[in-house]
Amino acid sequence: FPGLADVSISQDIPVEGEITVPVGSHSPDEDYSTLDEPVKDTIMRDLKAVGKKFVHVMYPRKSSALLRDWDLWGPLVLCVSLALMLQGGSADSKDDGGPQFAEVFVIIWFGAVVITLNSKLLGGTISFFQSLCVLGYCVLPLTVAMLVCRLVLLAGAGTISFIIRLIVVGAMFGWSTLASTAFLADSQPPNRKALVVYPIFLFYFVISWMILTFTPQ
Amino acid sequence: IACLVMYLFAEFDDAANLLAANPDATTISIDEPAEIPKNQHSRLQEPGREEDDELLGTDDSDKTELLAGQKKSAPFWTFEYYQTFFDVDTYQVLDRIKGSVFPVPGKNFVRLYIRSNPDLYGPFWICATLVFTIAVSGNLSNFFIHLGKPTYHYVPEFRKVSIAATTIYAYAWLVPLALWGFLMWRNSKVMNIVSYSFLEIVCVYGYSLFIYIPTAILWIIPQKVVRWVLVVFSLCLSGSVLVMTFWPAVRDDNRRIAVATVATILLLHALLSVGCLAYFFDAPELDIPAPIIPAHNGTTVITKSH
Repeated sequence: FPGLADVSISQDIPVEGEITVPVGSHSPDEDYSTLDEPVKDTIMRDLKAVGKKFVHVMYPRKSSALLRDWDLWGPLVLCVSLALMLQGGSADSKDDGGPQFAEVFVIIWFGAVVITLNSKLLGGTISFFQSLCVLGYCVLPLTVAMLVCRLVLLAGAGTISFIIRLIVVGAMFGWSTLASTAFLADSQPPNRKALVVYPIFLFYFVISWMILTFTPQ
Repeated sequence: IACLVMYLFAEFDDAANLLAANPDATTISIDEPAEIPKNQHSRLQEPGREEDDELLGTDDSDKTELLAGQKKSAPFWTFEYYQTFFDVDTYQVLDRIKGSVFPVPGKNFVRLYIRSNPDLYGPFWICATLVFTIAVSGNLSNFFIHLGKPTYHYVPEFRKVSIAATTIYAYAWLVPLALWGFLMWRNSKVMNIVSYSFLEIVCVYGYSLFIYIPTAILWIIPQKVVRWVLVVFSLCLSGSVLVMTFWPAVRDDNRRIAVATVATILLLHALLSVGCLAYFFDAPELDIPAPIIPAHNGTTVITKSH
């Protein structure tokens, strides 16, 4: 090959490095085996992860904790507590009018799945469970609103209490929507952002409506 | 290269050649959801441009032709197949909504806005919004009507959400299915010039339901006259979109069948609107004091009429 005759490794470029491949420090034998640790540590590790994510939702900043290390414990706890708090009171009140436990559960989970599918079909790059994680964790402000509503309703059910509830639920609805949009909007194609944000808005609006119209028996 | 592309296109879809030569001709399309649409390449260029034959263009457009032709024929069990139904941008969805609310006389909604890129985003989310709007507005309207009565205890009436969802989604999907089947059957008997695929019909129906969202919100006003005026107004707007879409598809048929088809479309649409008004919104009470009827033991009874 005539062209390659003058290609040679120059003498003054040092060629150096290590030939040995460092043994990966993630080999299972060298890892601290989580089988031997006390149960308290295991539980606390997961609880701390969930707690850290709660903090990230309440103060939404550009962090990848929610996205990278997703888990569904937080959404499950929030969904169950919200559905429990939305129960009217007496066990056999058929005419409660409000949503049943199963209905709240289905709306939250099925709604989150549909929104995730929607954003993936529109070309989003976020993964399925990451999106479920974000949407579930952003129900936290609305759960707080539900708690506040129940406390306010203990004091009375007049017009003033309704106005307080309206303001609280409205503020938390805005917070939820903004928090989830802040996490999810970056992974969407730029000219379809509104198409992805609108279903999230609808989802939290329906949950807020359920919270606002809660009337104890 | 143009010859090669023409040959390859002949393999993909015969109609594409005809259409490339004469873009204004309407085609007889044999409908299946996976068929390659005639002008998929318009998506890759400026959105507002008219379709014209790009086959004799540059090398780049040749390649995009091939890629575009292959894109929509993903097998139906893959995720990419369903992504092709969500291939719309924000401004396209807004344009389609605008086209359904302000029908341009003489222009066909499908030809003008959908242009062989039917999407499922619009129909699905418009129906979802409509379900919750009707349920919430109905609840609010009942609350305001019965406010102040001592015997009234507010209930959120959450059952009605599932009923509303079933009704609206059934209307938005089963009626297009029936209509599509009917049009296919008539097509086998009478050669119609214009025919639509199932997804295009779903699209038209979905977008035509958009006008009912503000209508449902305005139905909160507890006046019978206002409500019925709204019913007629929204029926005119969305009905005209449907009529202008489907009249060209049936006008070559037997005159009686054509008129009957269009009349059925309008009738079902009206039935949906009136049915929702009647079921979800209580009648506003008329506060006309009825004449006092003296009862036989001397006490008087005042009755209120609904």
